[in-house]
Amino acid sequence: MDLTTTITGFVALYIFMLAAFTGYEIIGRVPAILHTPLMSGSNFVHGIVVVGAMYALLNATSTAEQVIGFLGVLLGSGNAAGGYVVTERMLEMFKPSDKNKNDKKA
Amino acid sequence: MNSTQLVIDTSYFAAAFLFIYGLKRMSSPVTARSGIVVAGVGMLVATLASFLYVFGIDPAAQAHLTTNVALAATALVVGTGWAWWSGKRVAMTAMPQMVALYNGMGGGAAAAIAAVELLRVNAAHETVPLVVTIIGALIGAISLAGSLIAWAKLDGRINGTWRMRGQQLFNGTVFVATLAVGLYIVFAMHGHAPPAIIAAFFVGAFIFGVLMTMPIGGADMPVVISLYNAFTGLAVGFEGYVLQNPALMIAGMVVGSAGTLLTLLMAKAMNRSVANVIFSNFGVTGEEQQGEIKGSQKAAEAGDAAINMRYASKVIIAPGYGLAVAQAQHKLYEFVKLLTDAGVEVKFAIHPVAGRMPGHMNVLLAEAGVPYDMIYDLEDINGEFKEADVAVVIGANDTVNPAARTNKSSPIYGMPILNVDQARQVYVIKRGQGKGYSGVENELFFADNTNLVYGDAQKVMVAMIQAVKSLEGGGH
Repeated sequence: MDLTTTITGFVALYIFMLAAFTGYEIIGRVPAILHTPLMSGSNFVHGIVVVGAMYALLNATSTAEQVIGFLGVLLGSGNAAGGYVVTERMLEMFKPSDKNKNDKKA
Repeated sequence: MNSTQLVIDTSYFAAAFLFIYGLKRMSSPVTARSGIVVAGVGMLVATLASFLYVFGIDPAAQAHLTTNVALAATALVVGTGWAWWSGKRVAMTAMPQMVALYNGMGGGAAAAIAAVELLRVNAAHETVPLVVTIIGALIGAISLAGSLIAWAKLDGRINGTWRMRGQQLFNGTVFVATLAVGLYIVFAMHGHAPPAIIAAFFVGAFIFGVLMTMPIGGADMPVVISLYNAFTGLAVGFEGYVLQNPALMIAGMVVGSAGTLLTLLMAKAMNRSVANVIFSNFGVTGEEQQGEIKGSQKAAEAGDAAINMRYASKVIIAPGYGLAVAQAQHKLYEFVKLLTDAGVEVKFAIHPVAGRMPGHMNVLLAEAGVPYDMIYDLEDINGEFKEADVAVVIGANDTVNPAARTNKSSPIYGMPILNVDQARQVYVIKRGQGKGYSGVENELFFADNTNLVYGDAQKVMVAMIQAVKSLEGGGH
């Protein structure tokens, strides 16, 4: 891969460490009421794996690599798109429903 | 060539920033919705930029370029289209299994990246990236298999739990064998293993994922899904390192650690460890409850209930999700202060899984300013309901259902509950005559000493405050 960024040993460890703390801090401060949509939201975020699968598929040289790469992109894009749709639907329900329910009688 | 690489790198950097910023915005109810949109933009940018790889492709792959681009576009359209369609039409109640399914797909994609890396015959494999590839592949494949089983269980496609004698030993053997094949690929074959051995590795990991998830009951699936979410994040992060892609590394590791924390929080709410959830074969799958409940539901006015509490000597309040939905915590505490000022002893009883998530009620009450020494856990308060004049249930249901103690056919049988039914008088504030999260009818609502106060919890609280205040006002 003709990359300008080269990530070796300790640089990778630094990235992993800082990212891990970021994730911990983001969730740690979240009000419990948002935990479910947040789990779904983080599920969407790791859908970025589709990008890696695309790289693998575009560089495939054999049929086996093409088949597996195709499956990877298929699964990864499903992860990303599905994760987005369900998270958005959940959050959509959350916010306005809190306000509406206060005004409505059961 | 370099300028395309710059575009790709810049868009990945933007994506990593937008993911973190989006998740950050999702941490407050006010900005949550915009948070997912922000993260979505990041995903779109990164995916589109990835097509620019065609300009910097491996010379060996040049001959296959047209096919590969067509395959990538097809996979993207089909995968996105199917997921979008299924995500839009899935019922809200089926959300957990859908999240499990999408999560499993992500794990599968990470495993696929690893498989392609391992199959690349002409690549010079170094040991460290190779080890990371194998670990990512292992975690990704387990996440794929486990998530699929979790999905099938929650969706009712697999019923019951599958157990056998010596299962832990068998699972352990499969895991060790898979790991051994992985080590063989890395250290003996230096990454140039024949496809059959690579396939054996993935099959072993997949089977282990299935074996690990099959014995876990439906009630524990939320913890399991959260765990596999963290797994997929880690797998994506590791494969990101292998591909030298910082966007994957950051996004994967953020999710990996966030998911781990969420898993621990959820397990804690059930008073169990994650290991206990995975290995103890605890948990029940939903079964139909047997038998009809005798008696009728008796309604009460909010004002009457309030005055009854005003002249009680001990009141215990058991809040649930309904309190959160109505955002009634501030009015509730205002009412409680009126009672305590009048000399009534008031305590809050919090069930470990009250609300939809761990610590939900504690956070709400703390936000309203309720001091900690008024809030009691289940074990500490359950003995006191017998002495209470009034128990008030606000928007809770399963956590106060006596069927958990008495009815063996009930899906929630065996779950510890708050013994509100032992109080002299029980008031249940609820919006309508619906059932709880588990879908079980609650016999507490039909008990002789129970009255139901129908209405939105916040409005009921306002009415109760007025009733007590008018009482005081009349006296002066």
